[in-house]
Amino acid sequence: MLKRTSNLARPDEVYNALIDAHKGLDDEQARAFDARLILLLINQVGDEAVIREALTAAAEAP
Amino acid sequence: MGSYEYRKYPYRRPPELDGKSGRRPVVIVGAGMAGPTLALSLAQRGVPVVMLDEDDTVSLGSRSICQAKHSLEVWDRFGIAAGMVAKGITWTEGEVYLRDKPVYRFNLAPEPGHKFPAFVNLQQYYVEEFLYERCAVEPLVDLRHRNKVTAVMPRADGVAVEVETPDGRYTLDADWLVACDGVRSPVRHMLGLPYPGEVFHDQFLIADIRLKGDLPKERRFWFYPPFHPTNSVLLHRQADDVLRVDFQLGRDADPEEEKKPANVDKRLRQMFGPEARWEHEWTSVYTFTCRMMEKFVHGRTIFVGDAAHVVSPFGARGGNAAVADADNLAWKLAAVAGGAAPAGLLDTYCSERRAASVENIRHSTRATDFITPRFPASRVFRDATLALARDFPFARALINSGRLSVPTAHTGSALDTPDAGDWSGGPAPGCAAVDAPLGNGWLVDRLGRDFTVLSFGRDATPVAGATLMSVEGEELAGRRYDARPGTTYLIRPDRYVAARWRTFDPAAIRAALKRALGKEATC
Repeated sequence: MLKRTSNLARPDEVYNALIDAHKGLDDEQARAFDARLILLLINQVGDEAVIREALTAAAEAP
Repeated sequence: MGSYEYRKYPYRRPPELDGKSGRRPVVIVGAGMAGPTLALSLAQRGVPVVMLDEDDTVSLGSRSICQAKHSLEVWDRFGIAAGMVAKGITWTEGEVYLRDKPVYRFNLAPEPGHKFPAFVNLQQYYVEEFLYERCAVEPLVDLRHRNKVTAVMPRADGVAVEVETPDGRYTLDADWLVACDGVRSPVRHMLGLPYPGEVFHDQFLIADIRLKGDLPKERRFWFYPPFHPTNSVLLHRQADDVLRVDFQLGRDADPEEEKKPANVDKRLRQMFGPEARWEHEWTSVYTFTCRMMEKFVHGRTIFVGDAAHVVSPFGARGGNAAVADADNLAWKLAAVAGGAAPAGLLDTYCSERRAASVENIRHSTRATDFITPRFPASRVFRDATLALARDFPFARALINSGRLSVPTAHTGSALDTPDAGDWSGGPAPGCAAVDAPLGNGWLVDRLGRDFTVLSFGRDATPVAGATLMSVEGEELAGRRYDARPGTTYLIRPDRYVAARWRTFDPAAIRAALKRALGKEATC
């Protein structure tokens, strides 16, 4: 099941690392970077049901 | 163009023009790959066939070149597969390149112990030659060249067709009409039946060339190769040192310009280098569609192959699906024509092969979306997948340059008896039987022309309506069928599993046989 509460021990550090990784990238580079990152992470998650839940949650977020 | 010499097949004046008419049990329209396969299979079951073909030669161009294991097994029953294997190029591996580096290699036959390889590449004109020659010595097949169907008249208990020949027109009455007349099916048009589906706009250039040298046997697919940096290229080797090179051109290419030999040569020169010498065999610019009829059986007219469903070429699912259609239909049509089964059995041709077609279209559409992404985000993920593939094996599994044809399962078909025992492997009902070595031969060679009871151990006794095949002490066959002593499979004439049990039970087999002939199914 998709986790809805924090699963990160150090949320600020992880969030900043994500933003820092995008520094200096133009839109096209950022999009390519994000795509690679998403592929790596969905493989790490593995569970198709969780991935589908995340896809729905991302689509439904306001 | 090309060095292949198209054989001419003689036209003979049909007897109907001299007043000798009579109703035919089965008339087939179209002698491509599906028509003759169906005709020969019906003839082996004692059903006479008239097959009408509008021209007097084989397929123009190499067209469908990748002949899958399952198709070879079908043709082997006519005794022509060994010749095809000898003439063609056997391959089991494919390699995918990103730019100039190989990133992914797949093996379609990871385990030996099958009579036929995963694929033999053989030009469609050669396949048709083998089929036509076999038809010529089959007394029950009357293959009529230069006989063009110009009208189709459905009747309550049959179909009449009007046929045009060099000597004039005649009418042929049939109990069943089978349209194997290709993607533009004149029969489908004459009956006004729709062909819904999806059109793809990317253009591709096929250049079939004869090139001497050290040619690769495996399938190769490039994304963004240095010799065609904006798009993809697919390479297949065929018989006679012919290579199929398939360049993706994009949506905006001008097909007339692209087809010009000088422009094709420019592309080939970049690919094969300054020293290479080649001759052109066939050139074609194509786009493709994925389409499927809503029903494959309309009254007494049945649609087979490209006439009923069509996919993109990535995955070798066109010709091989047509052969699988013919194989699925032949025993059913023979049983219905001979009064051994109710006409409703033919509805399962539609349901089973439509399920296969849905699967083929799904695979084909996914491969197409990977090769030619249709919107910007799709391309971003495709390129991200390719970028990760070198270092991350998981990404290689996502690369889809065409998932190659294997027999499709029709799980849940009304003809099959659902599993009851405890199984951890082997082909389930609705799946294709698998080959294995047996003694000095092969399991596929020992299956009967009609139903087969395949039983592991010594308990089995013959059951009416099926060939008995007892197997003992065959380790590989036992493993492939998840067998224990007593394990018994009922295999259909098209070599699909109809039912299986952990013990030999003649009453259960008789019930499953009845069901597999559509005698209790609700279709």
